[in-house]
Amino acid sequence: MLTQIVTFLIFFAVIGCILYGRRLIRTEKVDAVFGNPERARGGTHWVIVGSSFLLLIWLYYSWDIAKGFYPKSANELCQVAKVNDSLLGLKYQFPIEEREFKSTSQIKKENKNLQQILEEIQGSNELNAQQKTDLSNFIGKTNQLIPLLTNEDLLEIETKQKINDITGKINLLTENFQKPNYPFETEQEYNERKKAVDEEGGWGIVKVSAGTGSIENTIEVPLIPATKRGLKFDAAAQELNLISDEFFKLRNHNPQFKLKIKELKNEIKSYRKELDSEDLASTYAKNIVKIARRIEFASIYPPNALDKMQDAIIKFDNAQKVAQGGLRLIDIFLFPAGTIVASGPSCSEQGSGRWLPKPSDTFNKFALMLKPSVGYKDIPLLWIDMVDVSKMIGFILPDWIADILPGEYPVHTKDGIVKQNFKGYVLKIVTGDFELFKVPVPYGHIWDSFMRVFLGLVFGIIIGVPLGLFMGLNRFAKGFFDPLIELYRPVPPLAWAPLIISVLGIDNTGKVFLLFMVSLSIMIISARAGASGTQLSKIHAAHSLGASKKQILRYVIFPNSLPEILTGIRVAVGMCWGTLVAAEFLAGTTGIGFVENVAKKYFQYEVIWITIFIMGMLGLLFDVTLRKIIDKTIPWRGKG
Amino acid sequence: MSDLVSQNLNMIFKTPKGETVHALKDLNFTLKKGELLTVLGPSGCGKTTLLNITAGFIKPTSGNITLNNKEIDGPGVERGMVFQQGALFEWLTVAENVNFGLRMKNEDPIKTQKKVDEWLEIVGLKGFGNTPTYQLSGGMQQRVALARCLINDPDLILMDEPLGALDALTREKMQSLVLKIWKETGKTIILITHSVEEALLLGERLYVMAPRPGRIHKEYNLPFASMGLKEDLREIKKNKEFSEKREEILEMIWNMEEEIMGKDN
Repeated sequence: MLTQIVTFLIFFAVIGCILYGRRLIRTEKVDAVFGNPERARGGTHWVIVGSSFLLLIWLYYSWDIAKGFYPKSANELCQVAKVNDSLLGLKYQFPIEEREFKSTSQIKKENKNLQQILEEIQGSNELNAQQKTDLSNFIGKTNQLIPLLTNEDLLEIETKQKINDITGKINLLTENFQKPNYPFETEQEYNERKKAVDEEGGWGIVKVSAGTGSIENTIEVPLIPATKRGLKFDAAAQELNLISDEFFKLRNHNPQFKLKIKELKNEIKSYRKELDSEDLASTYAKNIVKIARRIEFASIYPPNALDKMQDAIIKFDNAQKVAQGGLRLIDIFLFPAGTIVASGPSCSEQGSGRWLPKPSDTFNKFALMLKPSVGYKDIPLLWIDMVDVSKMIGFILPDWIADILPGEYPVHTKDGIVKQNFKGYVLKIVTGDFELFKVPVPYGHIWDSFMRVFLGLVFGIIIGVPLGLFMGLNRFAKGFFDPLIELYRPVPPLAWAPLIISVLGIDNTGKVFLLFMVSLSIMIISARAGASGTQLSKIHAAHSLGASKKQILRYVIFPNSLPEILTGIRVAVGMCWGTLVAAEFLAGTTGIGFVENVAKKYFQYEVIWITIFIMGMLGLLFDVTLRKIIDKTIPWRGKG
Repeated sequence: MSDLVSQNLNMIFKTPKGETVHALKDLNFTLKKGELLTVLGPSGCGKTTLLNITAGFIKPTSGNITLNNKEIDGPGVERGMVFQQGALFEWLTVAENVNFGLRMKNEDPIKTQKKVDEWLEIVGLKGFGNTPTYQLSGGMQQRVALARCLINDPDLILMDEPLGALDALTREKMQSLVLKIWKETGKTIILITHSVEEALLLGERLYVMAPRPGRIHKEYNLPFASMGLKEDLREIKKNKEFSEKREEILEMIWNMEEEIMGKDN
């Protein structure tokens, strides 16, 4: 429903904006000549057209428009695909979609194989003359098997009867298929089917109201026919399967053929017995018998024996195409770059609709994942947990505070009672074993990723900025720390990841440390550049105004380096964000990168797109926040 | 004796290539309290070196320089400095720039505010206290720099081409301001300039310095600064004596330049 409205809105927006833009061009007095940047000013309406086109392409190629306007189309196309799948084997026997009969191409192929072996045998230096004669003899006999199969006069009555039988069944199916009430369904059958359809759910992700549990096993295309038309195709597909099985069980083996091939097999068998199994002649004989077997099991028929069956199949094919009706147009126009394909018992989207998730599906899934009870892998994306303050106090206070107090910890009495003393109470406090009030603490995948970047960045700033300033002002500090930093900085951060993760663990410590390393070098370099870039006259001025060294550092060099430092932070955020996602790919149990990595394993394209979207949004949020901070704190930048 | 006294001042630099540059050679002079000295000379004559030594930013190779009988050893509040580009702290407002020195001494903010307002009025920036300095024009920035220096009540004011980067109109106004401040505060001032006219107009005394080695080439005692306190500066420029002096000094500097660069054309 929403997709339909959105699609229409986009259409009107695009048309409206194009008309507006054209009118504007006509009425606007344009002073700007070509090349004047003024010409590129404004143009919000073109922004609407641009983003609408993007959205439209997404809606179209993800087949969301098809889903929005014809929600049942995928299910019906699935039934059609089932028919095509069942028909495929039979169709391949005839020059309907192929160039020649299957029989013809198989005969051609085996003749070619025999010819090739014959040439090899004749040209071989390792075989003696006798062997050559024997093997050529076998090839000749194998070759003579083919006419036994293709001779119409040798075709058995029984086989003919069965071919007629199958043809009749196809014709009957075609006849029934065209009847409006095919297949007949009792009221009970109808009700059962409707129930199954409801249970199976619709195309894509529609059940947003799922309570708990996994969202990993959503079916792509519903399989059970939901419409009358779908049911028709489904029934035909089932019948065609039976017919097809029957046909492929049929063998065109007349008594002469059976006799000849038995003779040949025995002859070769005894011939090979006399030879060593590693003998070249034996290998050739084995290959010849293989070809004979292939001829035996190929469905080779006399040239005109199956003509009636071919007609019947073509007739059915035409009938089913007619019965598809408008569905064919939907398939062609609303399922671009692919279609619904049935293989075996299931139907799936093949093409752009598979890897480009539908906007509606994506939003539904996002809404579902946002629910704290669903989340991903039992962890919400972002939610709030009530944590007792005592736990935080216990975490912050080190336990040895209790240890160093005078006295002993309480010991149980002989009555089996433990009487608390002061030292015992202190231990309870420093380990957080008490109750205070609870405060909300956010947690979840998004929060974890955010906190890792934030902590890595904060540590990097706390250590990097003073060190960088110091290095910018002091020869010793610069010389001493430079090798250390220049040693690890040029290494891509991800190259450190395996080492750091295996030493510090796959949880937060390792990742925060990795991000700390990333941000540290950036912060040091930017702070150093800021400090060493301070104009000498400013420092002279501060000296003349009576500032001490400390004051100059605090009130002149630090503010003067702020633009560089803040730019450094902005760069560091970008680098940290990129590194984090990759580090979460490597190892971990939470975080946005982890979600994407797991989604990749299960081909959950919607989830992959959602994580990409979340990462983009968070990255943008970081950058916009920093830009705001930069504009607020260093308005003089570039104006000094 | 609150004089600036320089005795046998020598400054020798070593370039990275190993050449020695004699920036100042045997400089001897005395500047009495309340005198306004302008220093003029072609580039490379050691004007700025002299100023930096006086400010205490660099130490002379030999000889000494004393202010009020105290040897100059490092920068100090009693020697205020005004730079060519203002060297204002652009992250601070005008008022914060002006009271920078007082804040560094942790003075009472209320008293400081009063002083700041006074000085801003003197330099003609009343009401600009809360303006960020990056929004000011070049002339206004120099006014702030002057106020920032003067609020510390220094004994000696060192000016390193303070008006060099200003346009002609602003420059004239600022010249009057410098004279006005000199008159009202009675401070000792050393002003370095490239402009012969400015040196003549503002200098009670004028040193023309010569390069290689840097030395005082000629010394003048001039009446124009005292005249400037009463008369309009433009009237003084029409004075015949003024033009004669100007031509004389210009000729002198031209000759020095030619000696260094070789004759053009």
